[in-house]
Amino acid sequence: MLSYAFKRLAQSIPTLFIVITISFFLMRLAPGGPFDGERKLPPEIEANILAAYNLDKPLYWQFFDYLGGILQGDFGPSFKYKDFTVSDLIWAGFPVSLELGMWAMLLGVVFGVSIGCYAALKQNTRLDYLMMGGAMAGIAIPNFVMAPILTLVFGVYLSWLPVGGWDSGAVANKVLPVIALALPQIAYIARMTRGSMIEVMGSHFIRTARAKGLSERKVVRRHALKSALLPVVSYLGPATAGIITGSVVIEQIFGIPGIGRYFVQAALNRDYTLVMGTVVFYGALIILFNLVVDLIYGLLDPQIRYDD
Amino acid sequence: MKKKHRRNTLKNMLLTVLSVLSLGLASITGAQTLHRGIGGEPGTLDPNLVSGNWEDMVVGDLFLGLVTDAADGRVIPGAATDWTVSDDGTVYTFHLRKDGKWSDGQPVTAHDFVFSLRRVMDPQTASTYAYILYPIKNAEAINTGMIRDLSQLGVRAIDDYTLEITLESSTPYFLELLTHYTAFPIPKHVVERYGKDWVKPGHLVSNGAYKLVEWLPQTHIKAVKNEWFYDADHVAIDTVFYYPTEDRSAALKRFRAGELDLNYEFPIDQYDWLRENMPEETVVSPQLGVYYYPLNLRNPKFQDVRVRKALSMAINREVITDKILKTGEVPAYSFVPPGIGDYRIQELDFKGMPYNKRLEEARKLMEAAGYSEDRPLELVLRYNTHDAHKKVAVAVAAMWKAIHVKTQLLNSEVAVHYAELKEANFEVARAGWVGDYADPQNFLSLLEPTPNNYGGYNNAQFNALMKQAAETQDSTQRTRLMEQAERIAMDDYATIPIYYYVATNLVSQKVKGWVPNVLDKHRTRWMSIER
Repeated sequence: MLSYAFKRLAQSIPTLFIVITISFFLMRLAPGGPFDGERKLPPEIEANILAAYNLDKPLYWQFFDYLGGILQGDFGPSFKYKDFTVSDLIWAGFPVSLELGMWAMLLGVVFGVSIGCYAALKQNTRLDYLMMGGAMAGIAIPNFVMAPILTLVFGVYLSWLPVGGWDSGAVANKVLPVIALALPQIAYIARMTRGSMIEVMGSHFIRTARAKGLSERKVVRRHALKSALLPVVSYLGPATAGIITGSVVIEQIFGIPGIGRYFVQAALNRDYTLVMGTVVFYGALIILFNLVVDLIYGLLDPQIRYDD
Repeated sequence: MKKKHRRNTLKNMLLTVLSVLSLGLASITGAQTLHRGIGGEPGTLDPNLVSGNWEDMVVGDLFLGLVTDAADGRVIPGAATDWTVSDDGTVYTFHLRKDGKWSDGQPVTAHDFVFSLRRVMDPQTASTYAYILYPIKNAEAINTGMIRDLSQLGVRAIDDYTLEITLESSTPYFLELLTHYTAFPIPKHVVERYGKDWVKPGHLVSNGAYKLVEWLPQTHIKAVKNEWFYDADHVAIDTVFYYPTEDRSAALKRFRAGELDLNYEFPIDQYDWLRENMPEETVVSPQLGVYYYPLNLRNPKFQDVRVRKALSMAINREVITDKILKTGEVPAYSFVPPGIGDYRIQELDFKGMPYNKRLEEARKLMEAAGYSEDRPLELVLRYNTHDAHKKVAVAVAAMWKAIHVKTQLLNSEVAVHYAELKEANFEVARAGWVGDYADPQNFLSLLEPTPNNYGGYNNAQFNALMKQAAETQDSTQRTRLMEQAERIAMDDYATIPIYYYVATNLVSQKVKGWVPNVLDKHRTRWMSIER
């Protein structure tokens, strides 16, 4: 299993290289540059700035220079946030996004799986309809609607929790953003669990287990749950990578210093190095989590072996 | 040895007790803390590199130029107590205050100013706003690499407390220019020690009312009162937090919850609600800025003055400000906004005409120029993606339809928009200009052959008058010359002014000393918190 993991990691290098190459050139194809603003700069000033950031060199030179930097772990200076390097920004923001994302994912899995199982076992009862109706609403209400409602109710009207800000990670500041992040996850995971649970409960091996005389509780816990969770686990990989790299919407609304906002802002600002930094970082995380998912699959599904 | 150690321990204990006591005292005497939303995350706090007004809100609290902004925006002495100007207006001699100190206790000297101004002009610094100080002798030549020797810059320290600045030619608005952050001093002794990293918290020392304590990107910047500041006794607020409130709606909620005392701008679409529910705290004030539509005069469609006049006439500015924007904007009939000294703005000749008549005449002009219902003038109107710009563009297109103009709207995000304007790749476009300093020249230069002259307006008579104004010492005479220049541009219908900007701020009732002003500059040192 270890050698499998190493093999997969080695395979990820060309993948990342392709990701870097494509995004590097796509970014440069976009019209407008990092220093185009409301005001046109005199050409000589623009020349000074381009020279300071090596943007006056040929594109292939910049590309290899960038690759060389990455190999040494240097993502370059941010064009927009001039006092910081890209690494500074990512390492300042990532722990925040990671923490929020982990809590949200934890809530998502615990509540999502529980609700999903419960609804599946009570299939087509009122309770099932109620829970799935709620889940549907959770998926349908986007978090840019949910988050302001939460802040308005709990922050402005009730004054129970702060409306925004991070306050160096105070617990009170985390509650609302974690809930806002978790709600759609709970809903999504609940629906997925319910669907797969119903399918599994109708399969032959469950019938066999029941025929052996096992209690319904044991049938569910020992046999059904493991198989029913397979699709959830494969969903969790990319979803976790996505959620721990932050949400633009949630971070903007709550004023949270994560890295999510850089994905969109950096692109709009044409902050080339920051865009590349976030893309490489996100790409690496996706690859890593997909690997983790595959390994967990091996543990859950007896048909999968990584020994060869 | 042992004894000394014990004494040290005792001393430490005493110090601890003292500091705890002083903390307690501070809460009893009411240490004042201000929470300011500044509307965006600063890119840098290096005054040589700053380029945005949200950065200026922090940097202008940390640093003090030779002259500075009073609460109402007037230019008042700052690091210099007084100055003299040579008869031909080209040599300024500033006397620095002897009690000017950096936040590490070092004196602020003329050498710091020389160092800073040379660094701004050094091409390697790549300062965005360096060009604003081009009136200084040899500044442009150095910044463009024509002169490599930085010491050729027309700035020198006669002694530690006397600074002489020589200009290329007389520049009557030079003092206004010096309030700009590019002219702030930076601490030579610190920059030489830390290089680029001198701006990091812990390194940065400043000579203004506040000093930097911490900067957590996307969270806040914290500054505290600089005890070395010469006027520290009159600075009421002890601690300032600056928040990068990019999301205006979220900022409004934080303001309502009492987490912010001030916020730059508010969500425009909630203006009606704000006016209804928190009128005292919703502050809309005139600002030195104009929203306009440059016409690309290189395009044959706009060669005919009748077409330019008709396009400008047909725009019902009052409808745009009162019915569409509804945030207190003022309809603009001149290119230079009102409110600059004794300058008399030059308005478009049709201002007094009722709109119906204007529309009728505009239609006649278009017909005389050869356009009709069946043969309309086809235009592409560009704007950068923004709700308000879109609304205005849609309204203008509808107004133009009545005078045989078929308008196609084209929007793009801001970086693309301005890249296209630069390339003169547009017909009519949305643009805006907010003054850097209170002088008509700052606006009229947009119609001279300069980089920001998007439309490419080029009138020899206009240029000559502007040149003459630049060489005129007498401020009244100079103002009259610029008025004549604007008159020419208005009669040429060189560009289409639409409205003058307003500054929008949320100001808590407990903040005192916040005064609206046309440059929308509000230094924390003038404010206090009332309980």
